[in-house]
Formats: sequence, C-alpha cells, structure tokens
Amino acid sequence: MTTSADLASRLTGLVDALRAHGLRIGTGETVDAAQAVRELGLADRELLREGLAATLLHSAGARPVFDAVFDLYFPSGVGAPDVEPAGREELRDRLAAALADDDTALMRRLAIEAVDGFGGYGASPASDGWSSYQTLDRLRPQTLLARVRDEVRARGGSTGFGDRLLEDEIRRRIEEFRRMVTAEARRRVAERRGRDEIARRAVAPTADRVDFLFAGKERLAELRRTVQPLARKLATRLAARRRRAARGSIDLRRTLRASLSTGGVPMRPVLRRRRPARPELVLLCDVSGSVSGFSDFTMLLVQALHDQFSKVRVFAFVNRVDEVTGLLVHGAADPEGLGARIRGEAALTSWHGSSDYGAALGEFTERYADAVGPRTTVFVLGDARNNMGDPNLPALAGITARARRVYWLNPEQRSRWGTGDSAAPAYAELVEMHECRNVRQLSALVGRLLPV
Amino acid sequence: MFTSVDDVSARLAEAGYLASPAVATTVFLADRLGKPLLVEGPAGVGKTELAKAVARVAGARLVRLQCYEGVDESRALYEWNHAKQLLRISAGRDESWDETRTDIFSEEFLLPRPLLTAIRGDEAKVLLIDEMDKADVEVEALLLEVLSDFQVTVPELGTVTATRRPFVVLTSNATRELSEALRRRCLFLHIGFPDAESERRIVHLKVPGIDAALAESVVRVVGALRAMDLRKVPSVAETVDWARTLLALGADTLDETVVRDSLGVILKHQDDVLKAQAKLDLDAV
Repeated sequence: MTTSADLASRLTGLVDALRAHGLRIGTGETVDAAQAVRELGLADRELLREGLAATLLHSAGARPVFDAVFDLYFPSGVGAPDVEPAGREELRDRLAAALADDDTALMRRLAIEAVDGFGGYGASPASDGWSSYQTLDRLRPQTLLARVRDEVRARGGSTGFGDRLLEDEIRRRIEEFRRMVTAEARRRVAERRGRDEIARRAVAPTADRVDFLFAGKERLAELRRTVQPLARKLATRLAARRRRAARGSIDLRRTLRASLSTGGVPMRPVLRRRRPARPELVLLCDVSGSVSGFSDFTMLLVQALHDQFSKVRVFAFVNRVDEVTGLLVHGAADPEGLGARIRGEAALTSWHGSSDYGAALGEFTERYADAVGPRTTVFVLGDARNNMGDPNLPALAGITARARRVYWLNPEQRSRWGTGDSAAPAYAELVEMHECRNVRQLSALVGRLLPV
Repeated sequence: MFTSVDDVSARLAEAGYLASPAVATTVFLADRLGKPLLVEGPAGVGKTELAKAVARVAGARLVRLQCYEGVDESRALYEWNHAKQLLRISAGRDESWDETRTDIFSEEFLLPRPLLTAIRGDEAKVLLIDEMDKADVEVEALLLEVLSDFQVTVPELGTVTATRRPFVVLTSNATRELSEALRRRCLFLHIGFPDAESERRIVHLKVPGIDAALAESVVRVVGALRAMDLRKVPSVAETVDWARTLLALGADTLDETVVRDSLGVILKHQDDVLKAQAKLDLDAV
C-alpha cells in the first residue's frame, strides 16, 4: 500500500466489490473517494473507513456490506499475529477480562489470536482455510456470561438499578466479539483465496436483497425491524400518487384568490381537490412452512399501512382458510410471535398439513364471499405449490370477476414457476402474478400496485 | 476552514457539539472537497444541531431552508415582488415600454429566498436545508444546480454564481427515499445513536451539575431500551430530557419508583411503556 498506483487499484477493487453487491457507485464517487484518501492520509484506518463511507455510500443500509468489504481491502494487519498461540483456557481468561472491562481494542486482538489458534482446518494448501464457526465452537464465548457478570459485580462496577441490565449488556459484548471473529476469519481466507472472490461471495448481502425463501431466522428478524420505516416510505409514496391522481377541474374561487398576488391576473390555476375514496384491501396469505417468512413480513407491512385504507382484511390458509385480521391489531401484534400465533389460533389445516391452494380458494369463495366487492383489491401471497392437488381455477376466476383487481405475489424465482408441483402458470393466466423474492422487489411492487 | 480532523472535533466541542470520529471526518471532507453534506438518522440525534455548530465554529451566518410538503421555487429560490413591479409600472406612466420592461426585472424587484441568499454575497455562510425528505420530488431537481455548481439561474437576470461557496448541510429523516441524483452530489453521513461513553459526555455537557453515577445509569437504561423492540426508541434528545427531569426531581440515584414514574419522558407510546416495564422488571402499580 505504498505506491499510488497500488492504492488506486485497491480503491477500484473495493468499488468493484461494492458494485457486485448491488451498490450503485459512479466514477465521480470513486474520484471523490480518492480525493478523500489524499486529504485524510493512510495513517488512521478508522478515519479512512469513515472518509470512504462518506464519499462512496448513499444510504445507511449499505453500511454493513461496506464495513465487511473494507476490512478485506484495507486490513488492519496481514498474515498471522506475531504472538505465540495461547491455550484455550488462557484465551478464555483474557476474553473474560476484556468483556468485563468492555475493552473493544483488546477484544479485537483476542479475536485475531483466537482465529489463528483455533480456526485453521485442512492440511493441504488447496483445501485448508479458516473457520469462524470452528473458532467459536472451541472457544464458546457465550458460556462466559455468568463468569463475567460475577466479575463485574465483585468489582463493584455495577450497582443499584443498572445491575438488572448487566446481563443484556454482556450478551451484546459477546455478540460483538463473535462478529469480530467472523470478520477476522474472512480476512484470513481472503489472503489465501484472493480478495475479490471472497468479497463477492462471503460478504452477506444487504437486508433488502435477501431471498425470503432462504432467509434465516436472524435475517427475518432484521427484516421485521425494517417494516415500520418501509411502511412510512410507502405511505409517502402512496400519498404522492394520490395527489397526482387528483388533478381535476379548476377551482374558480381559489384561483381568483391566488391571482390577487399577481394583480388579478390568474397566472396559476388552482385545481379542485378530489375527495379521496379509501380503497379496501384483502390479503390472502399462504402461511405454510415453506413461505411463512414471506407471508409474515407482508402481513406486517400491510398492517403497518392500515391507515392508508378504509378496510384491511387478512386471511391465512394452509389448506383451510381463516380470518386473522384480529390477530394483527396495530401495536398489539408481536412481530416475532405472529407466525406461531396465527398457526396456533386459526383453523388452517384439516386432516393433513400441506398447502392446498384449490381447497383454500374454494373455501374462501364460499365462506367469505362478502369480503370481496367492486372496491376491493385482492393480494394472494404464496408460491402456488399445490402438492399436485386440483388448482380450482374457477374459484380464483370468481374472485377476479368480483374484485377491482387481483394480484398474486410469488416469492419464487420466475424460472422455477411451473416446475414440480407448482401451479403458478395456470394461476398466472387468470391473475397478474409478480415475482417477489426480496424486500426490494416487495417494496417496489407494493408502491406500484397498491390502489390509491 | 479546518486544518485536520482533530481540529474539527476540538472546535466543534468548543461550540458545544461532541462529534464522533465519523461526524468529524465527514465534516472535514465536506469542507475540503467543497461538497454538500447529506445527514440522515433518527430524530433527535443532533442533525440540525450539527449545522448550527459548524456555523458557530466558522463564524458564518446560518441560512436555513425548512422544507415542508408543497415548498416550491418561490419559497426556496427567489420570487419577483409583483406588487412592487405593479407600483413601478403605474408610477412611470409616461415611460416607453422598453424602459419599463428592462427596469421591472432588476435586482431591486427580486425577493431572495434562502437558496439565493446563501449564494449571493461575500460573507461566509452555512446553508441548512432541513428535513429534505418532507419536500416534494420536484424541489430536489431545483436543488441540483445549486448543490453541484453553487449557482442559481434567474431567467430574466442570468446566472448568479457563488463568489464564496457556502457550507451546505441537508438533513433527512428518511421518510422518503431521496433521489439518486441528489445523493450523488453529496457526501453521505448517517448519525446513529452514540456509544455509551459519548452519550455520557453529551449528558454531562448538556446537563451540568448531574451526578456522574446518575448519568452513568441513565445512559445504561437508555441503551437497554434501545436494544428492545420498541415502536419509538429513545433518542439522544430524550436522554438529555430525562437527565434534566431527574435532576429537577432531585433524584440522585435511579431506583424502581423513579424510573417507573418518569418513563413517560423517554417513551412516547403506551405499549412501549408497558413493554419496557415488563422487561426492566418494574412492578406495575
């Protein structure tokens, strides 16, 4: 990192890796970043990180990806640490002390040592690597909780009311340590396998690009936290669309009033405002295991948008339909337990537990026919995997005939529609079906398709 | 304006603003690269305060454009003083058309609004465009010329270019996604919640006379509340308010009763209060 040519290529490498993660960075920003490097110098790594983030990024959501990629391209050290690998017990002792002191610098050094000591696997140069999983499995930092807590208490570092918060605080520090170990292991692997490849493959994508169907529990929890801000954004977008749609005839009284500032010449006509008719929304969600992450997220999102509509009704099904609107009452809905509550309290399955779209659609038209009227927009959420049952197309056609619009959001990749037991193409002939694999697609669709 | 990042931190601290390294670095770069600074973050973390502090440090005049839904050219950029133009026309009845025409579109009849004010003149200025996300998309397009070239085009007068570039700060609460074109022209800074150490220093700075142990517990409880899944997590502003309240109540340590009684200062929704009480093991009375 001494010559300027080397630095320039490193910078463009970083930018390329960020682009591969879907961040839009133009040449102008790269030039700005280079200028920032010149102004800040290379002496302080954290300043450099902030400077590059300020010039290259445009939103806060991209920051985790940036941090991980930055660690690969501008590592704090190279190679193995120059200390003797410590034994497991000794390392645990020092980690406990660092956690008790909340000393992040020491924790970072320990993470480096830990990966070096316990993370290596494989014997031949072609197959060996560094594993954060193995390191954490050997070190078991989570079992240090009680010990650290007692140590802090013994020192009198936590008294009075704050004491009850201590355990959660230590848990967060341990979580932080786990993240450090992951970053360090990734860096060591990158040294061996080539930075560019690891930056593309081993850095987790931003939350809004994670596939609903493959998102883990933690990723889904992260997504749920974005529901409120996303709903707020969509509400603003809907309001803007509503405003634009409300262009109508000229309001003579207000036009004349406004013309007073131009000496009675009506230079700007004022248009009459139309009374907004709030549309109704019906959500028909498959909540069977395979797509429940997607359904839960969408239900929460629509519920968060409830004040945009005169009426929102939510129905869940696996192979029987039941109304779950009551379980989604605003504010009372506990996002984490929502899926379990729906499956626990609503009658969704008959004698078997696999999803049956045909039966569910049929039951919906029978029992809840009154839910769909000429002002209703219906969203069907699901992968249309019918387990080879009868797709019951007339039922869906009946809903389409009565509703204002019917849309189907399918969390599966378009190329997989119609493979295996998927009845997607058959349904897609009757209703507009959209691919909706991640939050980014969902928010684009919701912003476009929701009625105004 | 600044010589180094440390210089930024030190001088902002003198002006009563404790800047994190991220904030100091970005302010330094915005000054050096001459680019506008787009600040995002939750409400109450000191986005607007940053612009004010920079203005105090630089001894510059703060020009503020408060955005709202429906803010337009005539509120943001400039407006012709129609009434005065009409007076001018009726006063000069015997003049020829050409004289009148050239005269009524001169500087005298121009009402400068914040953006034009910030660009004209030689004194140092800080331009604060507050709550950009509240304005309509059309206003962003209006800003592009100002932000990239620091110039404003008035069709009747020509282009006004800044002789001295103002330091521009835009703030946004992210209720709406700002356009790529606007973001591209700015340095981006996300101000999140500060770490415990900085927050303690902020509390000491804003609430002088608070007991160190009390400040410590206040910050710890607020940190714990932020980790909970609440509808509205407490911000720095709420931390400071709470510390002030506790000081006014004469509480010198936190205990169950005090926390239960004053939880309303930091949490603004009833279900949040209930949730926090359950998690903090406060017995509801």
